[in-house]
Amino acid sequence: MRIVADRGRCEGLGMCEAMAHEFFEVGDDGYVEVLDENPGEEHRTELAAAVDACPVLALSLKG
Amino acid sequence: MNAASTRPLGQDIDHLVVVGASLAGLRAIESARASGWSGRITLVGAEPHLPYDRPPLSKGFLSKDSSLALSPFRHDHELSSDLRVTTILGSPATGLDAAGQRVFLDDAVVPYDALVIATGAQARKLPNSAHLSGVHTLRSYEDALAVRKAMDAGAATVVIGAGFIGSEIASAARKRGLPVTIVEQLDVPLTRSLGPAPGEVCAGLHRAAGTDLRLGTGARLLGREGRVTGVELDTGEIVPADLVVVGIGVQPATGWLEDSGIRLHERDRGIICDNTLATSLPNVWAAGDLAHVPLGLFDDDLMRLEHWTNAAEQGALAARNAVATSEAQPLETIPYFWSDWYDHRLQFVGTPRADEVLIVGPQGPGMLALYRRDERLVGTLSIDRPRDIMKFRRRIAARCSWDEAVAAAADRVAAAA
Repeated sequence: MRIVADRGRCEGLGMCEAMAHEFFEVGDDGYVEVLDENPGEEHRTELAAAVDACPVLALSLKG
Repeated sequence: MNAASTRPLGQDIDHLVVVGASLAGLRAIESARASGWSGRITLVGAEPHLPYDRPPLSKGFLSKDSSLALSPFRHDHELSSDLRVTTILGSPATGLDAAGQRVFLDDAVVPYDALVIATGAQARKLPNSAHLSGVHTLRSYEDALAVRKAMDAGAATVVIGAGFIGSEIASAARKRGLPVTIVEQLDVPLTRSLGPAPGEVCAGLHRAAGTDLRLGTGARLLGREGRVTGVELDTGEIVPADLVVVGIGVQPATGWLEDSGIRLHERDRGIICDNTLATSLPNVWAAGDLAHVPLGLFDDDLMRLEHWTNAAEQGALAARNAVATSEAQPLETIPYFWSDWYDHRLQFVGTPRADEVLIVGPQGPGMLALYRRDERLVGTLSIDRPRDIMKFRRRIAARCSWDEAVAAAADRVAAAA
C-alpha cells in the first residue's frame, strides 16, 4: 500500500508522528515527511489509525 | 466505580445513544461502527448543525479570505446511510432518568441501552453582558460568524481573557492590521495552563505583534443604546471597542444532569469518570471537554482536558467500551494541544502540573520548556518547533528521566542555533 500526504492540507500538527513515528515525521518546515512511502501490509492497522488521527485529513492510504 | 457502572460481560447493547454532536460525539458513533457492532445508534445534538470542527473558528475562519460556509465533518447521508445513525439535531437534552435508562429532550424521550455523554462545555460569559450587542464568546459557528463580520467591518477589538482562544482572536485581529487589546485578570497570562515563566514568554509574543496587553486588571463593559462602546479597567481607564470577545474559559454543559444522580465534580460540575470513561451510572459513559478522567501515566491525576485530540480519543474509547462485549479498555494517552498565535505555533504535550518548569533555548520563538515531576519529564511546551514536540511526547510516554530530557532539549536547541 502507499501513504499519500497532501502537503497543501498538512498543518504539521503531528498526530501522525504521534501514532506512527516510524512512518511520519514533521520536518523543520512544519510539514509531514513520509519516511516510508510503501509500507508492508502488516502495518495497515497502525497506519490507518495514524491517517484517521490527522485533524486536517491530509493523509490517505492507497491500495 | 467500575463495578457499578459496567454491565455484566455478554449483556447485549442494542441501542447506543450519544448525546452531544460535536467531535467527541462524532468519534463515538464512528468508533461504535468501526468496532463491528451493528446495533442502533442515535446521535442527539443541541445545535442545529451536523458535527463540525471548532478549532478553525478562532483561526482560519476569522481571516478575510476564508469562506463563511460551515462544512460539517460528515454530511447527512454519510451519517444516515454509511454509519446508519439516526440524528436528532437542534434538541438539547433536558434530563436523564438513570434507572429507566432514558434521556429527555424538549419534545421527546430517548431510551438507551448504553449512553455516551459528550455535551461538552459552554463558554463562560461576563455577568450583565446579555443586553449589549457587540459582545461575544466564541464557541459556536454562530459566534464565529458574528466575530468575523465585526472584523470584516474593521472593528476595534477588546479581548477579555489572555487564554488560548482570546490569544487566537487577537492574532486574527492583528493579521488584519486591526487594533486589539487583551485584558487579563492575572499578572502573567496562562499561569495555570503553562506556568509563570512560559506565560511571560507568551506575553512577549503578544507585544511583539502589536497587541496591547493589559495584565492584572478586570474589565467592566460599557455601552450606549444597547451596543458595547468599550471596556473600563480597574484603574478607571477606558479602552474603546466596537467588538468585545470574551474568552474566560468554559463551563461543562451538565446542567441537564443535575437531577440524574450522576457523580459530578464539586467545583466545575464536570462528570467524574474512571479510567475507562465509565461514569457513576450504569451503562453511562462520558467523553470530551466535560469528562474528568484519571490518567495513570500522571499518577492518576484527575484531568479534564479541553483539547481537540482528547475529544477525539475519548469519544472513540467511550463508545467502544459502551458496546464492547469484552473488558472496557482504559484511556492511555499523552495530552496534546496546539495553538496558533500570529505566525507562531505553540504546542504542548503532557501536563503542566509539575514541580519545576525549565526553559531551554530562547525566551521566545524556538523555545522548549520542560516540566518536571519528581525525577521524570511530565510535560513539554514548544514554540515553532514542530519537528521536536512529538519526540518529547514519546519521552513522556517512556517515563524519560528529567536529566535525559534536559540533555535532549539542550541538544535540539543547539542543533538549531
